[in-house]
Amino acid sequence: MFKLKATIIKDLRILLRDKVGISLMFVMPIILVVVVTSIQNSTFQLVNKNRLPIIINNNDTGQASKQLIAAINKIGMFKVSQVSGDQSEKQMTDAMHQKDATLGVIIPANFSVKVSAKSKSIAGKALKSFGLEGDSVKHEAGDIDPLTVYYNPILQESIRMSVQGAIRSALQLVESRETLRSLYFSINEKQLPASLENEMLNNKTAINEIPVSKDGTRTTPNATQHNVPAWTIFAMFFIIMSLGGSVVREKVSGSFIRLKTLPTNYMVGLLSKQITYLVVTMLQAAVIFSIGIWLFPFFGLPALNLPADILALVIVTVVCGWCAVSYAICVGVFADTQEQANGFGAVSIVILACVGGLMVPSFAMQGFFKSAADISPMHWCLQAYYTLFLEGGKLKDVINNIIPLFIITLVFQFVTFIGLKRKNLI
Amino acid sequence: MAVNAPLAIDVEDMGFRYPGNPDVSFSKLNLKIAKGERFGLFGPNGAGKTTLISLMTGLLTADEGHIKLLGQDVGKQNNAVNKLFGFVPQDFSFYQELSPVENLQFFGAWSGLDKKTIKQRTNELLGILGLDEVRNKPVEKFSGGMKRRVNLAIGVIHKPAVIFLDEPTVGVDVQTRHAIIDYLLELNKSGTTLIYTSHQLSEAEDLCRQVALIDNGKIIAEDSLDKLMADHKQESLEQMFLNLTGKDLRNDV
Repeated sequence: MFKLKATIIKDLRILLRDKVGISLMFVMPIILVVVVTSIQNSTFQLVNKNRLPIIINNNDTGQASKQLIAAINKIGMFKVSQVSGDQSEKQMTDAMHQKDATLGVIIPANFSVKVSAKSKSIAGKALKSFGLEGDSVKHEAGDIDPLTVYYNPILQESIRMSVQGAIRSALQLVESRETLRSLYFSINEKQLPASLENEMLNNKTAINEIPVSKDGTRTTPNATQHNVPAWTIFAMFFIIMSLGGSVVREKVSGSFIRLKTLPTNYMVGLLSKQITYLVVTMLQAAVIFSIGIWLFPFFGLPALNLPADILALVIVTVVCGWCAVSYAICVGVFADTQEQANGFGAVSIVILACVGGLMVPSFAMQGFFKSAADISPMHWCLQAYYTLFLEGGKLKDVINNIIPLFIITLVFQFVTFIGLKRKNLI
Repeated sequence: MAVNAPLAIDVEDMGFRYPGNPDVSFSKLNLKIAKGERFGLFGPNGAGKTTLISLMTGLLTADEGHIKLLGQDVGKQNNAVNKLFGFVPQDFSFYQELSPVENLQFFGAWSGLDKKTIKQRTNELLGILGLDEVRNKPVEKFSGGMKRRVNLAIGVIHKPAVIFLDEPTVGVDVQTRHAIIDYLLELNKSGTTLIYTSHQLSEAEDLCRQVALIDNGKIIAEDSLDKLMADHKQESLEQMFLNLTGKDLRNDV
């Protein structure tokens, strides 16, 4: 026990004097979590609160295009500004850059005429199917010229799809209104009353969004609840930059040769590193969670809400920290130089983070990557954290995540042991 | 050496070969070093000195034969044997970020000493080796000579019966070399066996009573220093060394 205590004190002293290592383990992840959460929060607000700047070039003079612009405005997702005249692609791009718009829409000339013709044609077909004969059925209408949408390539696929859905919905509203008016006029030979039109088109069924949590609470998830746990895991695995290098440094320096000639097993040294760095990972989690709880509101970010089951949170964090430490030691044992440990370590944790769902949600992955997520310890840890932070889960709900995480940790420990044996280090 | 003198080291019919590197190998090597001896192991680069020290300290395991240290079999992680000897490697074998005191506290614990003994030995050694004033400064800021003294202090903190010294004075100034050699001679007077390798042949004449010349994994001469020089009709160890090992340059890869 005295040897272990002396080794832990030695490791702590070395760690505390490694200013670069400490900044990598604490400062960098804190910056990362604040920056990523702020950006993610902006994205949430972009979709939910802020408006996407959009430029509309209306080449049509009719009512349908005006209705379309009004409908796009009404969606609430866009900040609309209009440019007039026939715009070339270059002019449209310039206008987008000038007005800092991420989207541009060109409504073709004769849009209203073609929408009207198409509506009449559809109304005529409808009347015919009712057994009535209308004027409009006599002539077929051509297709409406497509709207052209320009977008800034920085716009993510998911946002682009939402934009397309929103514009399509506005277009649908305009076309339906025209069809309804034609149909009404053909039957009643008078205009569709505005009140009826509103009732028919705007009486949409409401959608209630309710977050489904395991404890029955109704806390709405936000960027903080998503990002703080995720990047805390990343921070814990980031200790590879200090610990992996420390193992290599000890291995390649003369001190290791001397250690091997002393009447103490090197496993004491490894146990000490595990205990020391496990404490570091716990501190990382405590610091990042504290920042989320108390500091985030000062940055205009939502505060972090800790899960109700604190014991479960501690257990998940300990197992995740132990897994991160085991991985770092494993890499350190197999690397021959500090550069190898740092290079491989950094790249591998980014890959594990990608595969594990820290950067792209696991549910959005397909095929191989969905299966590959299962071998990333970060995936299991993230699932456990999400269950606790977002779904209000309890310890029993995360056992299925803790077990695979524990098994992966044991695999790292076993591989480390084999590596030490093969390299004649124990 | 008297035939029945108690042995510090007994290497008998030892064979060893590095996997994939046949250049350095030993076959049926025999070497006996008496307790309390000051023994020097010399040879050109790549002769096998460090390999032989590694085998005697259990860092490497012999393929055949046996090596005994104070009557106990040397083997990998043999804690009983590891308590008996101290090792002062050629490289600085400590933590440069730590101070001499912190290094001695750690290595003292790993050498099996208790807290009180570590404190007592630390004070003793830092005083003897002239490191008292810098006891709490990080070793990385020390000169090469000061680092050598820290290296030595760590190797002897547990008062081992046998000390292996692999070029303990390489790259140090005259004062430090004398301080180290004087301290080693003091230790030897109290019964500690010294097993020493170096390229500094003049230093061997100050420190060693018994020497062995090793080349290509074979001991080519072994006896007391005076007798060897008399037998080979040489006035200095260096001249005898060149006579026995030749003047060709050696590469140690």
